[in-house]
Amino acid sequence: MNARREINLTINETHYAVTVEARRTLVDVIRDDCGLTGTHIGCEHGVCGACTILLDGEPMRSCLMFAVQAHGRSLRTVEGLQRGERLHAMQEAFMRHHGLQCGFCTPGFLMLAVGVLEKRPDLSDEELIDILSSNLCRCTGYENIIKAVRAAAVKMKAPA
Amino acid sequence: MCGADYPSMKPAPFNYYAPTSLDEAVALLAELGPRDGRILAGGQSLVPTMAFRIARPAHLIDINGIAELATVTVKDDVLSIGACVRHAALEADTVPGTTGALLRKVVRNIGHYPIRTRGTFCGSVANADPASEWCCLMAALDGVVLAHSQRGTRRVAAADFFRGVMATALEEDELVVAAELPLLREGTATGFVEFSRRKGDFAIAMALVTYRLESGSIVEPRVAIGGAEPQARRLLEAEAELDGQMPSRAAFSRAADAAASAIDPMEDINNTAGYRRKLVQTLLQRALETAA
Repeated sequence: MNARREINLTINETHYAVTVEARRTLVDVIRDDCGLTGTHIGCEHGVCGACTILLDGEPMRSCLMFAVQAHGRSLRTVEGLQRGERLHAMQEAFMRHHGLQCGFCTPGFLMLAVGVLEKRPDLSDEELIDILSSNLCRCTGYENIIKAVRAAAVKMKAPA
Repeated sequence: MCGADYPSMKPAPFNYYAPTSLDEAVALLAELGPRDGRILAGGQSLVPTMAFRIARPAHLIDINGIAELATVTVKDDVLSIGACVRHAALEADTVPGTTGALLRKVVRNIGHYPIRTRGTFCGSVANADPASEWCCLMAALDGVVLAHSQRGTRRVAAADFFRGVMATALEEDELVVAAELPLLREGTATGFVEFSRRKGDFAIAMALVTYRLESGSIVEPRVAIGGAEPQARRLLEAEAELDGQMPSRAAFSRAADAAASAIDPMEDINNTAGYRRKLVQTLLQRALETAA
């Protein structure tokens, strides 16, 4: 039962070959085996969204998937947002609009917002608020997160 | 702090299988189902219960790699949703017409978007949580569950499939390969309303209605209530109050009253039976008033 399996993950376009027990969640493997600790672990049962990453471009809770299930798949985590020294428009907007205080929930919110806006750049305010209710933030009261994501949505649509 | 030595609460060990064909999956299920084996589809309900170690399956059969189960088809006025179809797929314009519009109305109430990108329609049906929106829809439209095993495929009507809180007619060697819904006739009015204290939480109660109008009168009314009782079901008492009536606040109100007195609501630490009864009355009234 404790048999380990070799799996291949592509995270932020980097290839990782790791050997894991089937019961290890994807977020644990991303953090402990791949060393990418930007993705945070909050509730570990799918409620808080701190561990949100993109799996084949779609936001999902990485605590609700076993790493063996992600074998051969392509993932994106918060470490993959910036290009060199240049932060992603979403990261810039969170700074400018004070979309964080303690910062624990921030990686999850960034991946959620980026994942949704890349697919649906013209989200209405109502849809945006609905999407942002997916993740928990206990500092900001959400208003500044909403402002940040709205501002980033405009930037993400503009040609670079 | 890696692997088996990691100290915090984690799922108990299990054997993992990833079949790539349906035959392989049901062969594994025939062997492992009786030995505490479980199917893993979207995992959005199963994995949290494993994290709490409420569930400790010895074997997990992951069906996500079976391509044929990830399809939505419409044939002879029946919509068939395969076992690996995610909730989010039904948010897009995957299904045409009135039925598609109803699916989109309902799906937005399920958890949150990052849950809907993984969780599946058939997984919700097989899990049979009383607060599952899809179970309520299956009950309302008299959907059919396709239970497949090495012994063949059984077609089980929703009314026979749901047997109480997270209890179904599924045998331990059977896999829900698809759920079928009869397509609604174009022009059918549909309404869905649920109540939960926070966005994305399990609903305390929900009401789903469909009806058509002929010469201004309601025909073929369907009323289903979920979340309030151990299983979602149609309420014929409420439907009887609507049948043949002109749509009006008064008629809707009589149906809502009938529903409230017909149900035997569950109680929990936050919600008394009386509260749920009142909630069902209000939600059904709203579902009827907003049906379009």
